[in-house]
Amino acid sequence: MLRIEGLTAEIDGKEILKGIDLEVPTGEVHAIMGPNGSGKSTLSYVLSGREGYEVTGGSATLNGVDVLAMEPEERAAAGLFLAFQYPVELPGVGNATFLRTALNALRRAKGESELDAMQFLKLARERMKALSMPEDMLKRGVNVGFSGGEKKRNEILQMALLQPSMAILDETDSGLDIDALKIVADGVNAMRGPGFSALVITHYQRLLDYIVPDRVHVLMQGRIVKSGGPELAKELEAQGYASVQAAA
Amino acid sequence: MPAVTETIETVQSVTESTYKWGFETDIEMEFAPKGLNEEIVRFISAKKNEPDWLLEWRLRAFAAWKTMEEPRWAAVKYPPIDYQDAHYYAAPKTKPGPKSLDEVDPELLKTYAKLGIPLREQEILAGVEGAGSVPAEGRMPVAVDAVFDSVSVATSYKERLGKEGIIFCSISEAVQEHPELVKKYLGTVVPQADNFFAALNSAVFTDGSFVYIPKGVRCPMELSTYFRINAKSTGQFERTLIIADEGSYVSYLEGCTAPMRDENQLHAAVVELVALDDATIKYSTVQNWYPGDAEGKGGIYNFVTKRGACRGARSKISWTQVETGSAITWKYPSCILQGEDSVGEFYSVAITNNYQQADTGTKMFHIGPRTKSTIVSKGISAGHGQNTYRGLVRIGAKAKGARNFTQCDSLLIGDLCGAHTVPYIENRCVSAKVEHEATTSRIAEDQLFYCRQRGLTQEEAVGLIVNGFCREVLKELPMEFAVEAQKLLQISLEGSVG
Repeated sequence: MLRIEGLTAEIDGKEILKGIDLEVPTGEVHAIMGPNGSGKSTLSYVLSGREGYEVTGGSATLNGVDVLAMEPEERAAAGLFLAFQYPVELPGVGNATFLRTALNALRRAKGESELDAMQFLKLARERMKALSMPEDMLKRGVNVGFSGGEKKRNEILQMALLQPSMAILDETDSGLDIDALKIVADGVNAMRGPGFSALVITHYQRLLDYIVPDRVHVLMQGRIVKSGGPELAKELEAQGYASVQAAA
Repeated sequence: MPAVTETIETVQSVTESTYKWGFETDIEMEFAPKGLNEEIVRFISAKKNEPDWLLEWRLRAFAAWKTMEEPRWAAVKYPPIDYQDAHYYAAPKTKPGPKSLDEVDPELLKTYAKLGIPLREQEILAGVEGAGSVPAEGRMPVAVDAVFDSVSVATSYKERLGKEGIIFCSISEAVQEHPELVKKYLGTVVPQADNFFAALNSAVFTDGSFVYIPKGVRCPMELSTYFRINAKSTGQFERTLIIADEGSYVSYLEGCTAPMRDENQLHAAVVELVALDDATIKYSTVQNWYPGDAEGKGGIYNFVTKRGACRGARSKISWTQVETGSAITWKYPSCILQGEDSVGEFYSVAITNNYQQADTGTKMFHIGPRTKSTIVSKGISAGHGQNTYRGLVRIGAKAKGARNFTQCDSLLIGDLCGAHTVPYIENRCVSAKVEHEATTSRIAEDQLFYCRQRGLTQEEAVGLIVNGFCREVLKELPMEFAVEAQKLLQISLEGSVG
């Protein structure tokens, strides 16, 4: 369960998050929608611990543990995963090497034994098959020369391998065609269950046709201004954010 | 911006290295008196029981050295070296033939253990009688010739190599046993008066390795030398000579560690390679000599002359180096491409951290027609490190259809370090093709964050990104060496975090 209370944060002295209250119970998928500049990506970076995002007040706990006090890698070990809006390229670092290093780092943190190259390959191939990803993506440099869709699918593959308890998907649908969108949605839906929750950040209702959220929250000007069921997303699509703002 | 400052600070903190091989072995030494003069040259030659021609050869080198001046063109700074304030000969006192490792000086064994030399090879190195007849099973065997402060302690796998007619021994032994080969090739690639440091080496070299691969023989194992500098203020002057006869192949590994010191130590080695028709020599170096402490105190001065001559048609010489150590590195492994269709390669990774300085690169001399060379240089600078690539590609008038490709990439970590690229290209042949590419980049904050979000620590993230940056070079190393080199890259950029 992710619990955020009164969270405020700033970048370079400019307040972006102005008091976020949000609860994502274990096993649920919530969507955050909102216009550009409302603080959606900032929220995802603050929760995952990126430098330059300064928390000025409030709290955020994952399964009762204060994540804001942790290093980014400790948050990852605690089960937090961020699917990046713009996945980063690591030239010369093989995707397989990267994925295995990450998986083993998390396994180490949990006190589990590390996977050797053969065990890892077997696991990775299974997961890739489920995501209809060509196997040569393992051999290529991390995100180097990947198309937009491949990068996003690579994020979902990482999620499928690392098995987080809480995933934040930051506009994972942007730049995806309908087939890629389905693959990404299938990847998320396959993870759904009692041990997994997700926060899906998106501009558009389209993704939510495939990943049907338990709750939808509207983030505007650094605050959650409205929450509701999946129907709220359709409402927004029809009437735009202005209607919410007017009501709020 | 706070984000940027914080990133630089954290990256700095992970790049402060601690030297893991800083140990000192306490073994009785036999020193030459301090200083350098003709008497010392004669002393060394006499100690090694050398023939007159070699003594004369050394004396000619010494005479040349006296007239020469230290080169000052490299982008490195260091206080003047007092060449009279060093011992030029130090040898561990030997007891003949121990029966088992129990009889071997325990200090020597400790040194081997810290270097990670397997037990069997330790026995061989320590000269235990009867050791070394059985090759290691299940993996590519490695023959080791350990140079322990100037005198080769022992050479392993000699018998197996002997069956193929391969000679792999210390150069002192080669002078005694194979004088005709030594006389024929010594100084033919790097002449005595080639440069200041090569002349010094020629005058006072104490030991080194000698390899001869006969016609048509593919050396069945990697040949390996561990260099160690161990005695306080002894300069180490290694001399290595490798000859690959027609149609032969050899892969030679040179690994280096040195104990921690607070005095600067001079190392001026000379390596000469000769490849005849259709022969290939692959020469790999992993160098992690003591780089000095975080303030830049101490550390090895590494002034090395390495050169290979592709004398024969279709011969090939490939240099691969991973340079993580030394306070100062001055090193330009080069190829003289005489034979038609001969090939020269240079793959290099050089890391400078703290106050390390590296001025390194290569020279490719294209003389024969259709000669080809490839240069891939990866420089990584962290802390206050200064890293210079200095290269020369010279294409002679007769090198019709010669080709060169050069790629120089620099990676900066922090904003106090420097990367410099100084490529010289001289082309006297219209049909030659020369390409040069260069890039400079930084480890970006978003790359580090991406890795850390996936559970990697800052150090693991830096290590992974640096290894990725060096991949093209690391893949040229023999398997076992590549693993070691990857660890070294990580260690030399490792710091106090975690």
